[in-house]
Amino acid sequence: MVLFNPEMRDVIVGVSYLIAAVLFVTGLKGLTHPRTAVSGNVQSALGMLIAILVTLLEQRVVSFEWIIAGIALGTVVGAVWAIKVQMTGMPQLVALFNGFGGIASVLVATAEAWATIQSGNPLDKVTSLSIALSALIGAVTFTGSFVAFCKLQEVLIPSGAVTTVWLKGSNVILALLSLGLTICMVVAPGHLNVLWILCAVSLALGFTLVIPIGGADMPVVIALLNSYSGIAACATGFILNNNLLIITGSLVGASGIILTKIMCKAMNRSLTNVLFGGFGAVAASNVRTEDDVYAGKITSASADEAAMVLEGAQRVVIVPGYGMAVSQAQHAVCDLVDLLASRGVNVDFAIHPVAGRMPGHMNVLLAEADIPYEKMREMDDINPEFDSVDVVLVIGANDVVNPLAREDPTSPIAGMPILNVDKARTVMVIKRSLSPGFAGIPNPLFAADNTMMLFGDGKQMAVDITNALKEL
Amino acid sequence: MTLLLTSLTVFVLAMFLGLEIITKVPPTLHTPLMSGSNAVSGITLVGALLAAGSAHQDLATYLGFAAVFFATINVVGGFLVTHRMLAMFTSKKKKG
Repeated sequence: MVLFNPEMRDVIVGVSYLIAAVLFVTGLKGLTHPRTAVSGNVQSALGMLIAILVTLLEQRVVSFEWIIAGIALGTVVGAVWAIKVQMTGMPQLVALFNGFGGIASVLVATAEAWATIQSGNPLDKVTSLSIALSALIGAVTFTGSFVAFCKLQEVLIPSGAVTTVWLKGSNVILALLSLGLTICMVVAPGHLNVLWILCAVSLALGFTLVIPIGGADMPVVIALLNSYSGIAACATGFILNNNLLIITGSLVGASGIILTKIMCKAMNRSLTNVLFGGFGAVAASNVRTEDDVYAGKITSASADEAAMVLEGAQRVVIVPGYGMAVSQAQHAVCDLVDLLASRGVNVDFAIHPVAGRMPGHMNVLLAEADIPYEKMREMDDINPEFDSVDVVLVIGANDVVNPLAREDPTSPIAGMPILNVDKARTVMVIKRSLSPGFAGIPNPLFAADNTMMLFGDGKQMAVDITNALKEL
Repeated sequence: MTLLLTSLTVFVLAMFLGLEIITKVPPTLHTPLMSGSNAVSGITLVGALLAAGSAHQDLATYLGFAAVFFATINVVGGFLVTHRMLAMFTSKKKKG
């Protein structure tokens, strides 16, 4: 573009990048409250628009046909997916988008390396290191996210935890290889073949890292990959000496790190244990068998009986889990809540941090069903109140309400913070069967004296209870 | 070297800023936070534009084109889906 002299253009580009960075920060800040969140997202989007437009002014950008083609195609694909996706499928979509961010970093890094070497300029060690890291982290993010997507969508790859010596061995070998190749890139910059091999090894590493991890540990994995995609963007910023990429990448990296930490804490497990523990793949041998726990102690009830108990309740707390998402029960549950509220019953939702398949998954489903966010209560906030709750309705949750976490120090979930629903006067559990949750252990809550088991599909049961309640 | 130090300074400070802000995001908004930060991480698009728009049409252009495509999906899809979610949290207040 010849509109500005080069010096002028640099100033315009620099200032605009600064404005974009500020908009990303204020945009994120907007997400700290539901009221300001929409405008926060708009600010971030505006920052992105400014960053893109001003980049087109850069001296290096002279031909536009490939840019226009890429943006047009990407916009169509991204928009269609974003508009079509169901709220229950949100974890898969986020995993997929994460992966695309990762592969974009790989492509930019390799393009930059190739162009520099082609032009005959030497690659310095710092740039070479940045290229290696951008390619390594980006590639792991890409294939790792792809595996996470498959596991969440339940296609191609088994969604459970997979533990084989073979996979553990490949993890170690591939990790060491990628590390060695990265060192090669720094010691002897300028060899493209090393970079291609590094890309291939890192792509393989992403596969072997995520394949062993079970479906219910996906909240941690997605949060971690989210962080990686940010750090990859950051590394790309170091290649291009572009502060905007560095700032933005760091923000995203930080966000992923915090979410990963929250998820691990909510399961009382270390990140290493989540990534390499193969949790839930084998049931511990010293665990009490289902027969011991359940035999003769299960009280099964019908929707009519449940409605009668709810009729006399003043305070009801609903605990949603992944099962609610699977049976798409959120709207049916909302109808039940409306009916109870119209009769003066105080209804809250208690949401465990790892309920669902990604952080905040349940909140989005409930928001979709028009439940106000004030009604969605956090675990630490609502736990002291269960003593005064008349009825707790558990829908498709299991391990997060298992009192063994509190009582049995030998249990695989010992020490995991749980929702203390067993303290409530009556507990109703909507569940298809007595099959164990992700931890693979029986739940004494189901056999407790104050528990009624409502066997059936979450959505159908919610509809049945609502109808029964109307007829009372 | 000074260039690298400046970049490192920016990196470390931005990291702290990010940790500071994001700790304050309530769990209710964690899913939109993820999809939103995902969209923002599509900032790699800036690097992709530089690669795809260079003067010669060669391997770097094609790699750049692919990068533009993937990063645009990330940006457009990410912001749109975040907007969809956030709108559900704020609109149509009715029940109590």
